[in-house]
Amino acid sequence: MRDLPFRIIVGAFGCVLALLVLAIGVELTRQSWLSIQKFGFHFWTTDTWDPVAGQFGALPFIWGTLYSSLLALAIAAPVALGIAIFVSELCPAWLQTPLVFLTELLAAIPSIVYGLWGIFVLVPAIRALEIWMPEPLRAIPLLSGPPLGVGMLAAGVILAVMIVPFTSAVAREVLQTVPAAQREGAYALGATRFEAIRAALFYARTGIIGSIMLGFGRALGETMAVTMVIGNNPQVSASLFAPQYTMAAVVANEFTEASDELYLHALVEIGLVLFVITLVVNAGSRLLIWGLGRSGRTRPSRVADVEASAA
Amino acid sequence: MTHQVSSPTRFTTGLSVRDGRDPALNQAPKAVKIDVEHLSFFYGVKRALEDISLQIQANLVTAFIGPSGCGKSTFLRTLNRMNDIIPGARIEGHVRIDGLDAYASGVDVVKLRRKVGMVFQKSNPFPKTIFENVAYGLRINGLAASKSELAGRVEESLKQAALWGEVKDRLHESALAMSGGQQQRLCIARALAIRPDIILMDEPASALDPIATQRIEELVYDLKQAYTIVIVTHNMQQAARISDHTAFFWLGRLVEYDRTDKIFTNPSEKLTEDYVTGRFG
Repeated sequence: MRDLPFRIIVGAFGCVLALLVLAIGVELTRQSWLSIQKFGFHFWTTDTWDPVAGQFGALPFIWGTLYSSLLALAIAAPVALGIAIFVSELCPAWLQTPLVFLTELLAAIPSIVYGLWGIFVLVPAIRALEIWMPEPLRAIPLLSGPPLGVGMLAAGVILAVMIVPFTSAVAREVLQTVPAAQREGAYALGATRFEAIRAALFYARTGIIGSIMLGFGRALGETMAVTMVIGNNPQVSASLFAPQYTMAAVVANEFTEASDELYLHALVEIGLVLFVITLVVNAGSRLLIWGLGRSGRTRPSRVADVEASAA
Repeated sequence: MTHQVSSPTRFTTGLSVRDGRDPALNQAPKAVKIDVEHLSFFYGVKRALEDISLQIQANLVTAFIGPSGCGKSTFLRTLNRMNDIIPGARIEGHVRIDGLDAYASGVDVVKLRRKVGMVFQKSNPFPKTIFENVAYGLRINGLAASKSELAGRVEESLKQAALWGEVKDRLHESALAMSGGQQQRLCIARALAIRPDIILMDEPASALDPIATQRIEELVYDLKQAYTIVIVTHNMQQAARISDHTAFFWLGRLVEYDRTDKIFTNPSEKLTEDYVTGRFG
């Protein structure tokens, strides 16, 4: 086995990755031990966050993170898919390169810049919308609350804007890997352009879902821009207009002012919770993609031509 | 005289073109199904087809032969306007199908392709079940009013494609679990399901083993009762075996077009003779 040393070296690098994930988990657990000991599993389900009284629960932050990310996904997925379809299937060739370049440029803008745009453009616009909102509509829990501008809707929209370039870029690449034979097969059966695109989307469905899930993963961890527009108020509210808080935002905001050990440990535990949720979401989307792949694409061919000719 | 076609070969279809026993050849000329007049085709500035005129008759198998890059596939794809998808493609001349100009303004290309079906070189089933692959064309064109009609037409198409017996118990399994030959016959069934008049086949057996190829050839022979078939092949024996008429293409031009037996035994053009006797290509 002459390639044994090579295998050992490459294998070691592979192990480093696993060790890294493990080390992060262990270290987060160690640094949040006081909080884990004191609150146990209640930490996940308590909605009190009172540093003065020494009462810490992560529920508002988990809620805020999932709510804002799902909201962002709901807004971003159709837009990103639309962009991907337009760029890869419909747009004239001369426009394709500039559009691809533009989406890549959008993805490269630092999140603090998005945050500033959020504060100065998005938040006033949402406040105007809230003021305009007729009284009967405010009775709906989804739209209740004072017109502050900052809040869940602002966070969702800004997250959507931030994940659209990334998701659309991945979805476009996935679409471009669909063999021309698939589209031609549809056209040859009398498909319209729209139907041929649908056939291509169906062929690429696992990759498309993957691109959306990757966007979701990004939204979960996004910190800066969200902190600037979400209002930073730890409460569990269904309202789009209510100021709320996310896990990443609370750690970023309060880490420097954590005055005692328990407070610090509670914050690190928030980080641990975010770590676990991100892992679960990513693993879940992986499993989903594999599951879809099994049912559609990669099934071992059992029947040989021999069998066919014997029939 | 020619090493490729000198020995009389018989195949399971019972078709032997050169001894003229095929009844289709002894009948009076059939109706013209496809009438191509002065057709030129351009990829950008490059001219891929040069002033081609020919008439394809109904209920016959017409084969296009020629070396790679001679334009035979390009020509086939002009017949159902499949080249429309390619950016920068341009066409001059006329293609008339049942007397109607396929390239006239106002022609519904979707309707045209429903009438002129196509089977590709590499089988391209959708990543769906066997049933759904055949049902696809029926669904998007709204051709089946009820579930039972849909199932009936799927069954009919699979039977026509000589695939029913092999798949009737696993209609709802993925089409991608089938063998290559079965996948290609599924693609033929898929094309038949929408009941076209004409079926274009672009080297349908070139990726298949001999047994699967033979089954496709038998199928082509059976299908010409009901359909007009145009097949591109660079396998000359295949053209000799299954076709009634053969067109020989070379460098984007139509060199010779005649009855298959004449092309292979007594061609008029020196170039054709050189090609069918294997001196080039």
